[in-house]
Amino acid sequence: MNTIIFTVATLAILGLLLAIVLYIVAQKFKVEEDPRIDIVESLMPGANCGGCGKAGCRAFAESAVKEGLDNLFCPVGGNAVMQKVAEALGQKVEAKEPQVAVLRCNGNCEKRKKTTRYEGVASCATVASLYAGETDCAFGCLGYGDCVAACKFDAIRINEKTGLPEVDEEKCTACGACTRACPKLLLELRNKGPKGRRVFVACRNKDKGAVARKACLSACIGCGKCAKVCPFEAITVENNLAYIDFTKCRMCRKCVAECPTGAIHEVNMPPRPAAVKPAAATPAAAAQAKPAPAAKPEEKKVEIPVQKSE
Amino acid sequence: MRTFRMGGVHPADKKISKDAQIEKLPVPKMVYISMAQHLGAPAAPCVAVGDKVKVGQVIGTPTGFVSAPVHSSVSGTVKAIGMVNDLAKRPVNTITIEVEGDEWMEDIDRTPDIVREIKLDKKDIVERIKACGVVGLGGATFPTNVKLSPPPTAKPTCVIINGAECEPYLTSDYRVMMEMPEQVLIGGTILMKALGVGKCYVGIEENKPEAIKKLSALAPKYPGVEIVPLKKKYPQGGEKQLIDAVIRKRVPSMGLPVDTGAVVQNVGTAFAVYEAVQKNKPLFEGVMTVTGDCSKAQRNFLHRVGTPLSYIMEYCGGIPEDAAKIISGGPMMGKAVSNIDAPTLKGTSSILYMTEAQTKRKPESNCIRCGKCVGACPMGLEPYLLNKLGRAGMMDELEQHHVYDCIECGCCSFTCPAYIPLLDTIRQSKAAVMKIMKSRPKK
Repeated sequence: MNTIIFTVATLAILGLLLAIVLYIVAQKFKVEEDPRIDIVESLMPGANCGGCGKAGCRAFAESAVKEGLDNLFCPVGGNAVMQKVAEALGQKVEAKEPQVAVLRCNGNCEKRKKTTRYEGVASCATVASLYAGETDCAFGCLGYGDCVAACKFDAIRINEKTGLPEVDEEKCTACGACTRACPKLLLELRNKGPKGRRVFVACRNKDKGAVARKACLSACIGCGKCAKVCPFEAITVENNLAYIDFTKCRMCRKCVAECPTGAIHEVNMPPRPAAVKPAAATPAAAAQAKPAPAAKPEEKKVEIPVQKSE
Repeated sequence: MRTFRMGGVHPADKKISKDAQIEKLPVPKMVYISMAQHLGAPAAPCVAVGDKVKVGQVIGTPTGFVSAPVHSSVSGTVKAIGMVNDLAKRPVNTITIEVEGDEWMEDIDRTPDIVREIKLDKKDIVERIKACGVVGLGGATFPTNVKLSPPPTAKPTCVIINGAECEPYLTSDYRVMMEMPEQVLIGGTILMKALGVGKCYVGIEENKPEAIKKLSALAPKYPGVEIVPLKKKYPQGGEKQLIDAVIRKRVPSMGLPVDTGAVVQNVGTAFAVYEAVQKNKPLFEGVMTVTGDCSKAQRNFLHRVGTPLSYIMEYCGGIPEDAAKIISGGPMMGKAVSNIDAPTLKGTSSILYMTEAQTKRKPESNCIRCGKCVGACPMGLEPYLLNKLGRAGMMDELEQHHVYDCIECGCCSFTCPAYIPLLDTIRQSKAAVMKIMKSRPKK
């Protein structure tokens, strides 16, 4: 019996002593960490996509606690998460327009014929390092799906018919991974717009008009008609390429009708004659005497392309 | 017989066009002279549209230390200055000149006599080479004057003239050695003088016995020059491999070739140096081969820089029907031509037609760790591992395994029994790792 008591007592005392040592060491070498980091991290979506520019959600939380929320935005969680984080930290954030990735190329298989054949590793980065691509357009989509591989949210798929990637608006979180994966910088984060309505130039061809048109029937030829017709000065033409500033665009759609090659796309817009909302509706209506001007260059399209034999 | 010690492969020994004498290619009606014909910063055009230019006139001035001037290869009127697609269909700043007559600059010595006496001194030689826009014609087109001005810490001890021409099919260097042997050796002597060294080796592979014989007979006239026959192995013409083969020294990882004391110049470059220094002729012509198993002609040409490739193809009877791929450069390291209207550059060495059977990639299967690629790599790397790491995006590990030492010779892909496109992935990884390394702050 004595042996048992002695053993138990020794172990208990030993345990107590070691616990005290451990406690002292833990106190002495403890790493100070703001408890708010854990709280913020728990509020994050946990996708660890790196869309905010940080290494992951934990890094975002650390940065948010230490440096504030001024230069941070979680594109996946959006305004809702940012609001929660701000509340937890007792700060304020301004709501940001939700964004979506947009493909700035519309040269599908029909409009942009292949003039060479690539054989090798099926990766846009590899193709881009070797040459301009299978078509004559040195700026267009290569179609090997580096963006698809980069997307962690399964939001991009290559459309077999067009050969171009398509972004699923519902799934896209605007993390920006695809914009970095595309060697031709074709994907751009643009404001989603009210009811998902957007107008954008679906082309990045900086060649001169004739060259661009020869390579692709729906290339932006830099004619500048859209910039002239735009009442909000949202369109700039630089290096033979038009660009619509989405912060200025009010979606009057005049440019869409004016574009001779159909390089300007509208998304989620109601059918044309129905909704004409802007204040300056009268001149808009006049300009929208539409399909006709759009149709004429359509005919021209057929005669211009002189496809070179390989 | 000497060769480099590590790795290497033996592609088919084909030199179909080797007996075709160098012909002067007629000057086309229009030439397109690119401003980016050399490694480094592109030249800036210094003529305007409408200007009359003569053959050999400077039309592009260098913009930076590693850069070279560009000279007009024809006489005529500047028609346009702007973007023209190169052979990879990438737009490059280019001067378009409409040819009128053939009027050369007066200070170019056009006589066929061989000038043996070197009058210029060390500094003037380098200056002249720079002014004449001479660049390395072995493939990389590195400005020659930069190579001749090594950093003060380096102590050059010898010049190595690269006559290996280890790529199959190419014969331009061989023809230069056969038809201009003395000029090449004088070029070597000039290079020795420019560097202040007393030794010049000319490395030639054994599959060119006539060239070895011819140069060996002439070499005793030029003190310090030694002809070194080399065993046939690819990539012997690689700078680091040639140094190892000839003087048995390895270029340290991340080091310069001149760290071993050797300065390597191609045979074509030696000839261009001779022409620049002795004849005051800028580099605006080059020797190139038109060849291939299915090619209608097997010929060697002296072409004016800026001649469209399509013009040369037409001149040789057009593109053969069974050609599936056109390559500019050798079959191992050359570039596929996707734009046949692209102009020739200073470094253009060939138009090579390949058939479908020769170029078809076989379907890739799994790596069985046979280690053939490791044995073939002339840089002592482990291509199978680099491929795996590259596909997984493991940048740190790639750097630890010296991916930046890859010379992109393609021996690994050539030798892989599973047809894994090793070089393609390694090239990607190398570019990515180099980018990361460059972005680091320097210590």
